[in-house]
Amino acid sequence: MTSIAGISRVALGEVGIRSCDDGSGHRQYRLARHADGDDPVTLPRLENAGIDAWLVRLFETIDETNMPWLTALCRECEAAFGSALIDLVPSYTTVLIHYDPLQYDASEAKDCLLNVLNRLVPDEQAAETSFKEVPVWYDESVGPELTRLASVSGLERDDVIAIHQARDYRVFALGFAPGYAFMGRLDERLVVPRLTTPRQRVPAGSVAVAERQTAAYPSLSPGGWNLIGRTPVTLFDRHRDGFSLLQVGDRVRFVAIDRDTFVELGGDVRPVTETRTAEGA
Amino acid sequence: MSGLRVERAGPLATLQDAGRFGVRRLGATQGGPADLHGWAWSNHLLGNPWNTPALEVVLGNLTMVVEQDAMLAIAGADLDAHLEGTPLQPGSAFLAKEGQRLTFQSPINGIRAYLAVAGGFVAEPVLGSVACVMRDGLGGHDGFGRSLDDGARLLFTDSCAVASGGKHEQPAAERIDYRQPVSLAMVPGAQIADFTGVSLYRAFNNEWRVDDRADRMGVRLAGDVLRCQVASMISEGIALGAVQVPPDGQPIVLLNDRQTIGGYPRLGTLTPLACSRLAQCQPGQTVRLRATALSQAQQSYRAFRQQFSV
Repeated sequence: MTSIAGISRVALGEVGIRSCDDGSGHRQYRLARHADGDDPVTLPRLENAGIDAWLVRLFETIDETNMPWLTALCRECEAAFGSALIDLVPSYTTVLIHYDPLQYDASEAKDCLLNVLNRLVPDEQAAETSFKEVPVWYDESVGPELTRLASVSGLERDDVIAIHQARDYRVFALGFAPGYAFMGRLDERLVVPRLTTPRQRVPAGSVAVAERQTAAYPSLSPGGWNLIGRTPVTLFDRHRDGFSLLQVGDRVRFVAIDRDTFVELGGDVRPVTETRTAEGA
Repeated sequence: MSGLRVERAGPLATLQDAGRFGVRRLGATQGGPADLHGWAWSNHLLGNPWNTPALEVVLGNLTMVVEQDAMLAIAGADLDAHLEGTPLQPGSAFLAKEGQRLTFQSPINGIRAYLAVAGGFVAEPVLGSVACVMRDGLGGHDGFGRSLDDGARLLFTDSCAVASGGKHEQPAAERIDYRQPVSLAMVPGAQIADFTGVSLYRAFNNEWRVDDRADRMGVRLAGDVLRCQVASMISEGIALGAVQVPPDGQPIVLLNDRQTIGGYPRLGTLTPLACSRLAQCQPGQTVRLRATALSQAQQSYRAFRQQFSV
């Protein structure tokens, strides 16, 4: 963090947060970007979410570099609220803080959050240590949309697989189902819309893409993402410490494995039976 | 251990404690009783502490056999409950004897009844809670988020025959006639200014019909179309009672089993007691929305909870 003329700027690539003293002793963070030429949007912003929750809006756009701020905010809220914290939901650009309204009234909770925000620094180090590798058997039998991706992108099937593994993704949020991690951003060449008609039964472990995100289904569920492979790892386990393999803020890399390794690791080779044509293409 | 054995399972009966908290960042939703008010009273009638698991019975058509003498209580909806042929009044506790049949027949007033037992029903907590969330496959009597089915058993603790000093009857002022028209208290939210003036007028002045697309995830309200300048947003955490408005302009109030994140603009957030009240409405009933001040809404909630502090 450097300080120039009283304004310290935390460089975060394209999206930056500036903190400056507004004269009242309260520092304010501003997004270093203007929205459509309007007045600069003051961030972070506290938005009411009922009698027992505040939503902290930190950013306006999706970006990997948001995540160290969101994970830091979660950790600091846990420390600051202690037993008055009921739950937290970090997601892309925001964190929902659910507190105990019997312990804090709304203004006390707001003050507590403002204090946390005033001294918030991003969680770079923790993000570096939470790196996860997810083995994937990329194959048409378990990833029927591999062909669709190849035809939409004009690439060879093997190139699609190579591109999917080529970069590290960041977990933006978990939702939809326990352990279902929304990760991004996907290489632009692999961008395809969701299926127009979702499948009723997507097998557990299915690795999928949609728009600029990728994910893996923790359990058998309905789903409209494009399936390209399957992981043998258990993504959500009620008996495991932390329950979910992937956590918000994690860096994730997919690593191709062959069928034998997939089987050795306990993978289920039964093919996806519910086929879908490339309706949305 | 013994307890209740299900002879005929109705459409939906699930075990619920206060909810599953601390794991929403993993995509696991909160669950818990859709009508917090009725649930809390069922437990309080027996002196059970907050968070004690009770059964949420939706619509009725449920028959259970009592396997062991126990103090039970019912609150919330009147589903025409009987113990061995004798009618049971919602908001009361009673002794059930081994071999007797407990039935919930069909809705007379409200749609969700709560059945509590002294000491609570016994179930293994999953991710810290026994709250049954079917879509997450978590909690409930079997741990896997299933509603009661034929032959299922609900277990009692050893102290089930002794109610520990609770009120044995719910005061008349705390009983609710769910058939009456209701205005639901909502704390306005951050996107309220993005709705058009006409839409805001409609939202708070016109009646809303409870749609038949209503469950533990959310209740859809049908009425005039509401327009918002924001069509969709980046997904963010959603609170209980959030009134989201998708592009079709028909609000959906999100309840206990909602998805943890979502991206539609919201008018605001219903108070927990307004959620409770809405969760008892039959499809076709009409409701109104009314804005409330945050501090006032918090005070009413504290007053509600105060009744149950020991």
